[in-house]
Amino acid sequence: MDALLAPLLQPMTMVFMQRALAVGAVVAVVCAVLSCFMTLKGWALMGDAVSHAVLPGVVIAYALGLPFALGAFVFGVGSVGLIGAIKQYTRVKEDTVIGLVFTGFFALGLVLISKVRSSVDLSHILFGNLLGITDADLLQTVLISLACLALLLVLRRDLLLFCFDPSHARSIGLNTGALHYLLLTLVSLTAVAGLQTVGIILVVAMLVTPGATAYLLTDRFDRMTALAVLSAVSSTVLGIYASYWLDASTAGCIVVVQTLQFLLVMVLAPRHGLLARRRLS
Amino acid sequence: MTSSERRSEHCPAAAAQAPGIAVEHLTVGYNGRPAVVDVSLELSSGSICALVGMNGAGKSTLFKALMGFLKPSTGSIRIAGCGLRQAQREQMVAYVPQSEQVDWDFPIRVWDVVMMGRYGAMGPLRWSSGEDRRLVRRALERVDLWTLRDRQIGALSGGQRKRAFLARALAQGARVLLLDEPFSGVDISTERLIIDLLIELRDQGATVLLATHDLESIPSFCDRVVLINRTVLAYGDTSEVFTQANLLRTFSAASPTAQHS
Repeated sequence: MDALLAPLLQPMTMVFMQRALAVGAVVAVVCAVLSCFMTLKGWALMGDAVSHAVLPGVVIAYALGLPFALGAFVFGVGSVGLIGAIKQYTRVKEDTVIGLVFTGFFALGLVLISKVRSSVDLSHILFGNLLGITDADLLQTVLISLACLALLLVLRRDLLLFCFDPSHARSIGLNTGALHYLLLTLVSLTAVAGLQTVGIILVVAMLVTPGATAYLLTDRFDRMTALAVLSAVSSTVLGIYASYWLDASTAGCIVVVQTLQFLLVMVLAPRHGLLARRRLS
Repeated sequence: MTSSERRSEHCPAAAAQAPGIAVEHLTVGYNGRPAVVDVSLELSSGSICALVGMNGAGKSTLFKALMGFLKPSTGSIRIAGCGLRQAQREQMVAYVPQSEQVDWDFPIRVWDVVMMGRYGAMGPLRWSSGEDRRLVRRALERVDLWTLRDRQIGALSGGQRKRAFLARALAQGARVLLLDEPFSGVDISTERLIIDLLIELRDQGATVLLATHDLESIPSFCDRVVLINRTVLAYGDTSEVFTQANLLRTFSAASPTAQHS
């Protein structure tokens, strides 16, 4: 029995593993809940854009000793405002504008990191540093995650209605403009939280994949949320273990496990999977 | 007291006598290019009005303005004597979307869709009361969908889908109904059910405005007709306005979009 459990329990005796698993799980929960709205709203590209565009904000916040959530918020929402403005006042199409703005912001972030030689380690921001997370980062990440999670849970019905039928949301007096920006703000903040676990490049996977996996498994939103959380947390835990035993990139392991889960579900899902569809048709 | 009530003053008592929809000299469009120009309409409570025009004539633009998605460059919109936002906050306006605008794969049940009609009347957490559930049930029964309430919305037929959204408007209890192509893709029995329902609502004092391509059914239940092509070509009682000559004028005029491109 001990021989079987040892590989699972032995890493848990180390503090850095305990911390990684705890923070990873908390971040996974908030990312998973948000990912349900992202996939239903069709905002994967927007999520990708916002998560990259927060980089200069994070670097500036680090350099000035401010909470990085603040920098992420300013640049995340700022990038979306800029995308909207360029789309409105020029003839350039939206997907082009999104691609243009987020890479521009991301590049600015890279320049800033290379000039501001502080405690900021580029590779930690790009690829995450879950196993070596500092106390300050850990605290901020957990606080941001819990705040976002609370907002998502309190407003989930309004956000769901906004994703499903903004016209109706508007006609019953909801402020759809505010909901739009609230959702984008939550993406910016959650991206900063996800940055700690998988880094800024892969954070969009956390914001899309769990929702997509769950979407194939159920036709009820509440169950979809629960399944997305299950998928995100389990792949984070498995990914951290895999990274420990293989001595491989933590971020890479987490996202690979997540993607494998999706592929498995895509084939085997009871009603919306490829096999089930073939049987039905 | 709900948050929506706190945000706004109540409409004057005279609102009961005010026309359901009053549009005055409305010009509205996209990025400064007007799509409808100088539209004036007054639809009294207890009437059904058909909005008829070619594709691109400005029907959708007018609807978007009536929903508050587009800001008028000039002119005004009053709903039952109130400003648009205030009327919306007080649950006076219900909207039934075109089928093409709905994501039918959305993980949501028929019951949940109809319950969304009650959201505006609920507290900020949108927890349904017994009264909400009773109204949802009644609306579902009225459109014969009670037994299908647990279906995912995409699992309904075309006619049933329309009825689900109509049930949402019923559950909302609005005085003004905006319907975008309610008869597209529905069978004859659903069309009959929808028409009967609209007549019933009209008799209870509702104002109904529907955009439709289904010209044949209009004289059987619409009291008034608006013919538009960028602006109002003709507007009035169905018997006077819904004539061969007027329809020819509406559908043979040079395409409004072609003139501008």
